[in-house]
Amino acid sequence: MGYGRWISGFGVVGLGVAFFVTAPAPLPDDALIGADGTALIGDPIAGEMVFHAAGCASCHSAEGTDALAGGKSFVSDFGTFYAPNISTDVDHGIGAWSDHDLASAMIAGVSPNGAHYYPAFPYTTYSKMTPQDAVDLIAHLRSLPADATPSRDHDVGFPFNIRRLLGGWKFLFASDDWVVADVATPELERGRYLVEALGHCAECHTPRNALGALNTGDWMRGAANPSGDGTIPSVHSDDLGWSAQDIAIYLDSGFTPDFDTVGGEMVDVVDNTSQLSDEDRAAIAAYLVALP
Amino acid sequence: MKSLILLAGVATVAVGTMAFAQDDVDPAVTARQAHMQLYAHNIGILGGMAQAKIDYDAELAQIAANNLAAVAALDETTYWIEGTAEGTKALPAIWENMDDFMAKQDGMTNAAAAMADVAGTDLASLQGAMGDLGGACSACHREYRQRN
Ligand code: HEC
Ligand code: HEC
Ligand code: HEC
Repeated sequence: MGYGRWISGFGVVGLGVAFFVTAPAPLPDDALIGADGTALIGDPIAGEMVFHAAGCASCHSAEGTDALAGGKSFVSDFGTFYAPNISTDVDHGIGAWSDHDLASAMIAGVSPNGAHYYPAFPYTTYSKMTPQDAVDLIAHLRSLPADATPSRDHDVGFPFNIRRLLGGWKFLFASDDWVVADVATPELERGRYLVEALGHCAECHTPRNALGALNTGDWMRGAANPSGDGTIPSVHSDDLGWSAQDIAIYLDSGFTPDFDTVGGEMVDVVDNTSQLSDEDRAAIAAYLVALP
Repeated sequence: MKSLILLAGVATVAVGTMAFAQDDVDPAVTARQAHMQLYAHNIGILGGMAQAKIDYDAELAQIAANNLAAVAALDETTYWIEGTAEGTKALPAIWENMDDFMAKQDGMTNAAAAMADVAGTDLASLQGAMGDLGGACSACHREYRQRN
């Protein structure tokens, strides 16, 4: 799995942008307070669906295991990143973190001790997650087993190892705007949320500019594969030519309309989308087919 | 008449060979891709029934499943030849992990045999075996094939 390209840009941008924009800003203290003024209550069952839609396990569980013990590597020109242990272990995982710590990590990309995370962790899309989904997801994470495997240190050289510099990158590229501004039906709105906020589909399917930011003008139109093998296909309906039903079936069973099967990193994605409801798969498909 | 057919046959072979010489495709590559197409064709019949795109027909399902199992039982060593990845969708990783690649083939053989055991029983049994079968294809495509 490779999300290498963004890295080529962040250091340069970070160095060029004034230091003041680089200070990490965690979530506001009241981010997880509902409209009625009381703390939102997480539902672990609903949270399991958020977990699958957001694909947390694809990165945080090692090959062939279910435990969120980390270990998956992301090779880039600047070094190798390792997904950390996010199991409920108190010493090596997130067992001792508060809900606010966890929400800040996922939504603001800021660690409990106030450092920026690298965008290999797709918090730039999770930033659009609703607060209720965040607390549901956290409740689900807390219901999963602990694993005491220590997280691996990233293997990244100077200046990319200076987390403070990531602030410049975040300042320029993190956006709360939807890419597809107009959604005509509740199904399309749901599909947009699943693709743009939780699914981080674009992280693979959209090309990046020289600074590593997603090129929204070519949204979902395919991209180079950072792992170096071939390209990641366009899933824009102009190129794909599949019906919404074809897409929904693929996200469920892994079969293409001509009964080839899914391959590459998309296998992990289908492992996740196959666990969503039929309605959610149909919503993702409707969104893709309707892309402008 | 016979000689005419023979002549046509020779001509076809000659044209085929010329085409082969022109785009330089290793016959081993053609063979393994044809093997995959046989998978896709037969699984298309089973999957079409499973997805309710075509009506369930026990006899037809059994034929497709038997074909699939027969193809999956073939010994594939003669067409996964080292040095033939270039210009194909096969990844060089196949030859770095041949044991694992063979294990994925075994997984496929087993899943196809399991399908052949139940495909003719009823639609629910066929649908039940579909997940493991598709999983056996994508387990190998995940590691060893690049679509584009
Ligand atoms: C594309 C891969 C990927 C996905 C998907 C992903 N993460 Fe991560 N995550 C990472 C990486 C890489 C890091 C390390 C970032 C760093 O050190 O700056 C990380 C860091 C974290 C951290 C901080 C851990 C620590 O010890 O500081 C938490 C918490 C976390 N992820 C939770 C999640 C949750 C919850 C999800 C699903 C909503 C998720 N991640 C999805 C790759 C991923
Ligand atoms: C980790 C990278 C990654 C992510 C994230 C990802 N994809 Fe993919 N996707 C791929 C790759 C690689 C392929 C090619 C699969 C193959 O080789 O068979 C693909 C193929 C597809 C295809 C089939 C296209 C074709 O021509 O075969 C669809 C549809 C698709 N993805 C939709 C999605 C959706 C929807 C999401 C978000 C829920 C998503 N993808 C997230 C990497 C990714
Ligand atoms: C042991 C590994 C393995 C298994 C199991 C496997 N495949 Fe493949 N498949 C490959 C590889 C490798 C390629 C790329 C071959 C090439 O381009 O030379 C491929 C290519 C394909 C192609 C494209 C063929 C072409 O004409 O280019 C299709 C279709 C396909 N597979 C379908 C399937 C189906 C359906 C199954 C399950 C019933 C399956 N495969 C099981 C490894 C496998």
